[in-house]
Amino acid sequence: MDAFKTLMVILLSSVLVNNYVLSRFLGICPFLGVSKKLDQATGMGISVTAVMLLATAVTWPIQHLILEKLGLGYMQTIIFILVIAALVQMLELFLKKFSPALHKGLGVYLPLITTNCAVLGVAINNITDGYNFLESMVSSLGCGLGFLLAMVLFSGLRSRIDESRVPKPFRGLAITLIGASFISLAFMGFAGIVDAIFA
Amino acid sequence: MDILIAFGVVSAIGLILAILLALVSHFFAVEEDETVKLLREALPGVNCGACGFKGCDDYAAALAEGRAKPNLCVPGAESTAKQIGEILNVAVEPPKDVVAFVHCNGNCDATSKKAEYRGISTCRAASAIYGGPNACSYGCLGLGDCAAACPAGAICMKDGIAHVDTSRCLGCALCVATCPKKVISMVPQEAATVVMCNSRDKGADARKACKNACIGCKKCEKVCPEGAITVTDNLAKIDYTKCTGCGICAESCPTGCLKKVFFPDLPEVSEEG
Repeated sequence: MDAFKTLMVILLSSVLVNNYVLSRFLGICPFLGVSKKLDQATGMGISVTAVMLLATAVTWPIQHLILEKLGLGYMQTIIFILVIAALVQMLELFLKKFSPALHKGLGVYLPLITTNCAVLGVAINNITDGYNFLESMVSSLGCGLGFLLAMVLFSGLRSRIDESRVPKPFRGLAITLIGASFISLAFMGFAGIVDAIFA
Repeated sequence: MDILIAFGVVSAIGLILAILLALVSHFFAVEEDETVKLLREALPGVNCGACGFKGCDDYAAALAEGRAKPNLCVPGAESTAKQIGEILNVAVEPPKDVVAFVHCNGNCDATSKKAEYRGISTCRAASAIYGGPNACSYGCLGLGDCAAACPAGAICMKDGIAHVDTSRCLGCALCVATCPKKVISMVPQEAATVVMCNSRDKGADARKACKNACIGCKKCEKVCPEGAITVTDNLAKIDYTKCTGCGICAESCPTGCLKKVFFPDLPEVSEEG
């Protein structure tokens, strides 16, 4: 039961409290770039979630079985980038072959994710937080879902902004960034909530 | 010594990944159709959507599968159609030059407002409230969604309705997709007669809302020697494959909503109101 509780805390806190986009400010590029329409935002969110899970599943063993054994912890960043980039490429090839429909939906976002700092951030943070393999996976899932949530919320906000009369100096990226900061502020309200639930 | 281990490990991981990627791309390669590639290169690549597909890639795929006609690319015009014909080995008619046309003449003199609209200044928002502020619920709202969508700046607002400068129109049909009233449609550039109304109301109601409305009297249908005009839902429609541009219909039209025009000049706004 305790282990389950830990996992739930990790999951919920990575979705709400330590949301990668809104609290840690990672993965801002797709957050601003692909959030114009709901379907695109959802596609991107799901792709990122999948890649985060896959990346963690590979980078965690690499860190613990190779890098730490050889005392090469300092090479973590460069090797993780290498591995994640190759993984995403592979995932794209697999999708193209086995699920053309899914590839059509997610394919355009995959190359964008190869260099997404949120994915790398998840892989590295899982190591720094000292999670075991299962906890790492749950944390990646939570981070991915958190990203998806942020994307969906933000695309809704942006479609509202499109409909409204924005004062001239604020049009375009300016109002988008202001909107992003408001969502981010709203997410601050979740701080402490998860610990309180499971206290 | 340490640096050698680091070097070795990174190289090894890089090499393994490279080999894996090469293997995966070899074994899971999807045979891309050679014709699709060729077709894609023949298309202009502006992704305007005038062909009705999601972009040049989509159109190329549809062409290769035989789902699409080879002469739909408007920006590419004749040369692209010819290239496509050569690749697919089929005879191709050159694409018809089409221009956007606003089927409405409900200018300030002819029609009135049933309400004053003070909301967001877009047609989409205005039409969401009881079909918009105009007395005629089919006509141009004149708030310029089409002008904003037009990549060529060919649309301007004049007397409360949209006008297309046909000499600048690219034929991309983005305005057609944008207009919430569906009052814009593509007509052949050589079209000589146009219906300047979109109202499907019954004659009396249409007339009450707008002096220039088509009242569905079917006079044009009767006088047209080619049988090119049909009146459905109280609105005349010209079949441009049959129309010869004789202009008899325009003379017979009691409300002047059928008009002779000469593109690519602006269709003149009717004098008699």
